[in-house]
Amino acid sequence: MAGLPRDEAGTAASYASLARPLLLPTWLIIGVFLLLPVLLMVVYSFLTKEFRGGVEWTFTLAAYEQFFVTRGLFGDEPPSIEWTYIIIFWRSIWQAALATLLCLVIGFPTAWFIATRPPQSRGIWLFLITIPYWVNLLIRTVSLRFILRDNGPLNDALIVTGLIDAPLPILNSDVAVQIGLFYSYLPFMVLPIYAAVERFEFALSEAAADLYANRWQVMLHVVLPAVRPGILAGTILVFIPALGAFLAPDLLGGAKAFMIGSLIDEQFRGSQGNWPFGAAISVILMTLVLIALFIQARAASRGAS
Amino acid sequence: MKRLLALTALAISAFSLQVTPGLAEGQLKVYHWFEYIPQELVDKFEKETGIDVTIDTFDSNEAMLASLKAGKLGQYDVTVPGDYMVEIMRNEGLLDSYTREEMPNFGNIAPEWVDAPFDPGRKHSIPYQWGSTAFSVNRDVYKGDISSLAIIFNPPDELKGKINVLDSQGEVLALGSIYLGIPQCTQDRVQLKALNDMLLAAKANWASFGSDTAKDVLVSGDAAAGMIYNGFSAKARAEGANVEYAFPKEGFVLWMDNMVLLKDAPNRANALKFMNFLLDPENAAAVTNYAAYNAGVKGVEPFLSDAVKKSPENNPPANQKGEFIKACDQETQKLYDAIWTNLKK
Repeated sequence: MAGLPRDEAGTAASYASLARPLLLPTWLIIGVFLLLPVLLMVVYSFLTKEFRGGVEWTFTLAAYEQFFVTRGLFGDEPPSIEWTYIIIFWRSIWQAALATLLCLVIGFPTAWFIATRPPQSRGIWLFLITIPYWVNLLIRTVSLRFILRDNGPLNDALIVTGLIDAPLPILNSDVAVQIGLFYSYLPFMVLPIYAAVERFEFALSEAAADLYANRWQVMLHVVLPAVRPGILAGTILVFIPALGAFLAPDLLGGAKAFMIGSLIDEQFRGSQGNWPFGAAISVILMTLVLIALFIQARAASRGAS
Repeated sequence: MKRLLALTALAISAFSLQVTPGLAEGQLKVYHWFEYIPQELVDKFEKETGIDVTIDTFDSNEAMLASLKAGKLGQYDVTVPGDYMVEIMRNEGLLDSYTREEMPNFGNIAPEWVDAPFDPGRKHSIPYQWGSTAFSVNRDVYKGDISSLAIIFNPPDELKGKINVLDSQGEVLALGSIYLGIPQCTQDRVQLKALNDMLLAAKANWASFGSDTAKDVLVSGDAAAGMIYNGFSAKARAEGANVEYAFPKEGFVLWMDNMVLLKDAPNRANALKFMNFLLDPENAAAVTNYAAYNAGVKGVEPFLSDAVKKSPENNPPANQKGEFIKACDQETQKLYDAIWTNLKK
């Protein structure tokens, strides 16, 4: 922003000396509630597991070895790659990615629709989108159980309309988990895209159309690059929480197969827990997310230049 | 969700109960589960003895152990660990012992619970409440024989895909072992492999894993059979589900909460008075009427409410045997952890 008016720049300068003290609470909160816990997690992942919960303060790589290396059930086979946890990660990533894609497919037209309404009615549409999310996530997930079950309203309706003869076994399946994930995070996709589309200068698409671009070309070369930051933000906001979700897999998927979230949860539960291993899984997950964010940030900066 | 509720209640009770002033006869500090003793019974004890009782609560055996080890030992006189936790606490030297002369009501302990595997001869503990874990079947869906654990592990066609199992390693692996007739905490490769394979095959017939939801899925009809705690099954029946709780012929899982005398108890004499008080049949029955499990004390029958006395979930047939979940040693536990992860990967 090269052309800041003089008076605004002047105001900014007059507050400059206050910047540090005013930012102090923010730094404190980030330090105490973000950096410190993450640091603790990293430290714990290198400690020795104490039998029946807790840790001993002895350095070890055992937690990471448990994640990547197997020696068979009895621990006496030659070491080979442990696929168990990689499969669990893969399943979670796949479910989260699919949920993100579904959110995008439904969320983009929705956001577009809202952003192209007259300004005075947009607020109402946004309001309608957010209403279901005033209810706690746990309650919404349990409610989905009621809707999806064999003798629930969804199957009843399908049977009454004659589309199916017997109830579809949706509950306790991957499909139910997917519905839960998609539904939980949809507004996180709609809202940032809406913000981007609302700022979009529609004169640009009209100009493109005047220059004989067809609808696809307008969308691909004019609209999408302009709203790209909104799409990227929405993708991150959906993908990352979906990756660690454990309510939907537990309540809708029947907890039959571990996802990353439930695998970590299990490590801190009861007398069979393994805190260093739980911490190590968290560190590995966080590393993957950071790598994904890094790639995304590079893509975004390339897109901007 | 449950854990949160319990924590909130813990916070509230810790505040409200600690303000009573000390009386002449001294104090008693109880570390107890949330909502596991009727207040009227505590009042009765205070009135009879003049001892001032303070109760703090916890919500899991592990939380209680951690808190005692973190410095609360020496602040409490008695606490109420589950069966396997008594053994762990005993091995860690957290328990004091008493003699039978110090416990006049010792003879009231039901004979089958005197020699508990986790406290042989009852030197540190007295029975508080006990119950069982097996399974229940919706009798509208399946009318056949339900006397075998095969209902869960090798189900008839009517129940395939309609079974909920507890999302709890201890119960699932113990019941699986009982079904196969192999001991718990075994290191025998053939037996462990058989357990692993049997569970994997059985999982194909299961609809879901869930512990907190174990009752709800039976009431709603999402599951037609389910591994369940006896108390949960009784509640499902009370809520109108046509479920029958089974005491399988192969055996079932037993659990027992016990009141133990803690090491370095500040009011040891009062603690013994309280434990002795709880072994009185009328008082033991009061706890049972409140918690709806079983007392483990002789002579409670005349004092039990009809609902508890007649509850089929509380009265295993005399010839059917249950066993406690064993606390394995660290090396053996690793094998069971691996089987559980393998089942849920």
